[in-house]
Amino acid sequence: MFYREAGDFKTSYAEDTQTFPIRFDRYRYFAVLAVAFLVVPFVINDYWLNAVFLPFLIYSIAAIGLNILVGYCGQVSLGTGGFMAVGAYACYKLMTAFPDVNIFFHVIIAGGVTAAVGTLFGLPSLRIKGFYLAVATLAAQFFLVWLFNRVPWFYNYSASGQINAPERTIFGIPVTGAETAPWATYLLCLVFLTASALIARNLTRGMAGRKWMAIRDMDIAAEIIGVNPLRAKLSAFAVSSFFVGIAGALFFAVYLGAVEVGEVFGINKSFLVLFMVIIGGLGSIFGSFAGAAFLVLLPVLLKNLLVGGLGWPTDLAAHLEFIIVGGLIVTFLVAEPHGLAQLWRVAKEKLRLWPFPH
Amino acid sequence: MNEMNTEGYVTEDGRKIGGVVMEMRNITLRFGGVVAIKDISFDIRQGEIRAIIGPNGAGKSSMLNVISGFYNPQVGEVWYKGERRPQMKPYQVARQGIARTFQNIALFEGMTVLDNVMTGRLRHMHAGLVAQSLWKGRAEAEEVKNRESVEKIIDFLEIQHIRKTPVGRLPYGLKKRVELARALAAEPSILLLDEPMAGMNVEEKEDMSRFVLDVNDEFGTTIALIEHDMGVVMDLSDRVVVMDYGKKIGDGSPDEVRNNQDVIDAYLGVAHD
Ligand SMILES: Nc1ncnc2c1ncn2[C@@H]1O[C@H](COP(=O)(O)OP(=O)(O)OP(=O)(O)O)[C@@H](O)[C@H]1O
Ligand SMILES: [Mg+2]
Repeated sequence: MFYREAGDFKTSYAEDTQTFPIRFDRYRYFAVLAVAFLVVPFVINDYWLNAVFLPFLIYSIAAIGLNILVGYCGQVSLGTGGFMAVGAYACYKLMTAFPDVNIFFHVIIAGGVTAAVGTLFGLPSLRIKGFYLAVATLAAQFFLVWLFNRVPWFYNYSASGQINAPERTIFGIPVTGAETAPWATYLLCLVFLTASALIARNLTRGMAGRKWMAIRDMDIAAEIIGVNPLRAKLSAFAVSSFFVGIAGALFFAVYLGAVEVGEVFGINKSFLVLFMVIIGGLGSIFGSFAGAAFLVLLPVLLKNLLVGGLGWPTDLAAHLEFIIVGGLIVTFLVAEPHGLAQLWRVAKEKLRLWPFPH
Repeated sequence: MNEMNTEGYVTEDGRKIGGVVMEMRNITLRFGGVVAIKDISFDIRQGEIRAIIGPNGAGKSSMLNVISGFYNPQVGEVWYKGERRPQMKPYQVARQGIARTFQNIALFEGMTVLDNVMTGRLRHMHAGLVAQSLWKGRAEAEEVKNRESVEKIIDFLEIQHIRKTPVGRLPYGLKKRVELARALAAEPSILLLDEPMAGMNVEEKEDMSRFVLDVNDEFGTTIALIEHDMGVVMDLSDRVVVMDYGKKIGDGSPDEVRNNQDVIDAYLGVAHD
């Protein structure tokens, strides 16, 4: 395989800052995109959609969002579940209040609403850091779930206290409700994920990303060279919550269709997305994908292998999953904070020099 | 000493020094009971290399911190470009064109050398978040244009080979150089260097001295630096402020300062009354 920089000279700075400076990476990226858009929609069925693809696509968006805050800007958040709930409820209220507006815009506006709420809850980050900030975001998590449970306006006074997504279409094709086709919901989420990843990548390779990372690495030095800490931190909270809100909206409207807030967007969700970011790699867009894929696939794999293949009881397989995830979190936190993305990078580094490593 | 007036003076090596860009007037800075700076006044002139020297704990770093807005003095005024500077946050001071390096290196360890230096350009980059998120228009144009200026500085300081290396992996001497690059990237009107040569070997010190002189010479940057190595100070600087226990005990050309009795006493450790 010719995985080389040699002979692939950059003649301008614009070329050097592109997302995939190595030609082979660029080709692989286009190949993945082509398969995702042109092949998968034709072969996808309900099982793969609900067990693997929708959760993977939606969690990837959430993980990208959280990674911007935690991995790039260094501000810990345990409020992801609560912010996803904001996205979900904003989307629900918009869908029911403005049934004539396309759901596509509802999802984006839900992201905007979540960005505003996230910025508000990001205000304490100007005073507190690390562990204390984590506790403050945890408070946000519990407060938001409590709010959506207790204030009937949010669930339109329904008797069950749940929210249910009515049927909505894009170009006449249903994407929410009971009558959806697997390829349609898949493509909708894929479009949102692709756009989110591109936007996140552009932000993180430019000045916004540098300011966030400067705050993360040494906030005092960042301020003394001209970074306004207030704006840098709040913009990280806003952008991060925007993506998390979109993920929450899609999770509710497209994936589940009906949501009971405490069950779906509880503290477990906050930890799940945080684990994706840690296992995938802090400060890496690719890592957000890797972490989401890993934590979505692991239970599916274990279930098929152990329960389906070896006849283990289901709860035993679930316990094993906890043990594996727990072990990996500890390993990555101690040995490789940059996660799967870094392992991949090291492997590529070796490959670039192969077969003459010196 | 050289002839001096409001327009400036000419140094021994023939460089023209201009009028006053920064003036500290009667600065007093206290930390609780500790008086770090006691009623100090001095000025910095356009294009000169101004040294601040003094024994450990004299208050030199505190003085730089006052200039860069990190500490607010209890008494005194800071005048910049002919205007009294109101109380400002450090990032506002930076955006006015005052850049600095730190006594204990303060780089962004997780970022590459290139990103560290690019961050130094932030006062020249104004694209909004939306433009940046699309990498279009002003955002893209700014990235390319500022990258060009940054590459010039990278060439100038001879750090091309480590451009893409994360700063955390660099040895001490190179880190000091990257920090200088980041400060220079701002194209500051005043550059503050807090012990740029501390902890370096002779060769590294020579390199760094050359860079400081070249920066001043090629870009005409005004430099205020703190340094302990007297040889270096005497070679580099045009005028020297001497501090001891928070007080100013000398101010003048290197020769004047060297022959000042108070300075000699302070450095020889004569008992204070
Ligand atoms: N943030 C602070 N809080 C309390 N005291 C401080 C603080 N910063 C400096 N000081 C005190 O102010 C005095 C001057 O310190 P400063 O760091 O300015 O000295 P310096 O001349 O730079 O010394 P050195 O050569 O060791 O770097 C010292 O007594 C120091 O302990
Ligand atoms: Mg000092």
